Amino acid sequence: MGINWFKYSSPQAFHPLAGKMIPWFSVAAGLLIIIGLYIGFFVAPTDFQQGDSYRIIFVHVPAAWMSMFLYVIMAAWAGVGLGLNARPSFMMAQAIAPTGAMFTFIALLTGAMWGKPTWGAWWVWDARLTSELILLFQYIGIILLRAAIDDLRRADRASAVLALVGVVNVPIIYFSVRWWNTLHQGASVSMTASPKMATTMLTAMLIMTVGFWMYSFAVTLARVRCVILDRERQPMWGNQTSIQEVAEAR
Amino acid sequence: MQWGSVSEFFAMGGYGLYVWVSFGVTALCMCGEVLAVWRRHAAAVAETRDGSLGG
Repeated sequence: MGINWFKYSSPQAFHPLAGKMIPWFSVAAGLLIIIGLYIGFFVAPTDFQQGDSYRIIFVHVPAAWMSMFLYVIMAAWAGVGLGLNARPSFMMAQAIAPTGAMFTFIALLTGAMWGKPTWGAWWVWDARLTSELILLFQYIGIILLRAAIDDLRRADRASAVLALVGVVNVPIIYFSVRWWNTLHQGASVSMTASPKMATTMLTAMLIMTVGFWMYSFAVTLARVRCVILDRERQPMWGNQTSIQEVAEAR
Repeated sequence: MQWGSVSEFFAMGGYGLYVWVSFGVTALCMCGEVLAVWRRHAAAVAETRDGSLGG
């Protein structure tokens, strides 16, 4: 018994490695978020147009970015899984989905909290908001589709295909503020133009974003460890052979 | 620093409700997720240990 069988295939080798990385990402996430909040609330000045309601940007924009980043990363793992038929890739895709869904929810909720004082409405059916809401439904659909299929390999492939098809929505979200008339303000930061924000505001927002990245790494690695353990308890070789017996047979 | 007092800080120039709900819900979601994953991992480890002991 014991931990020996972790060595015998890549998910098992990955489990302790992920365990070693999680504390570092967690500490980095905690520190960056504290620094970001400090700059956001105590250093960044009050906005001359929006007053202090603009401070919602320090969670809204990082969460919205993470919702799109995580979707692309999840779809990439799904694609690698389909291409190479690699179980660890599917496990990563599975582990990312709930965190992506959570950040999408946060982006929508903080958006409503910001929309009410600045636009006078919690919600409008404009392109940016609608496409982000669809992203939430996509995440939920991928999670539910996986849960609905008992055969793990079929569940992996089906949810991977759904994730890959849905990636078309990410550029739609990103460019929606340019393609359609919208209440939503344009990109605060873009690759082509200099930022339209005060330096301290931008600094706080970027530090929060890196903090959310570190958080996402930590929490998805922790979740992939759960997925590995849960899956290795399943009978993967058709009969009731346990992984321990397979390990001992080699 | 632009805050004259603690109550001024919490008032957020009249936008306190919106700002603090945003940050509060974000904090709740993230802490809740960490807790949920933590508990799921503890449960998975416990079940795996039982499984390998029992054969």
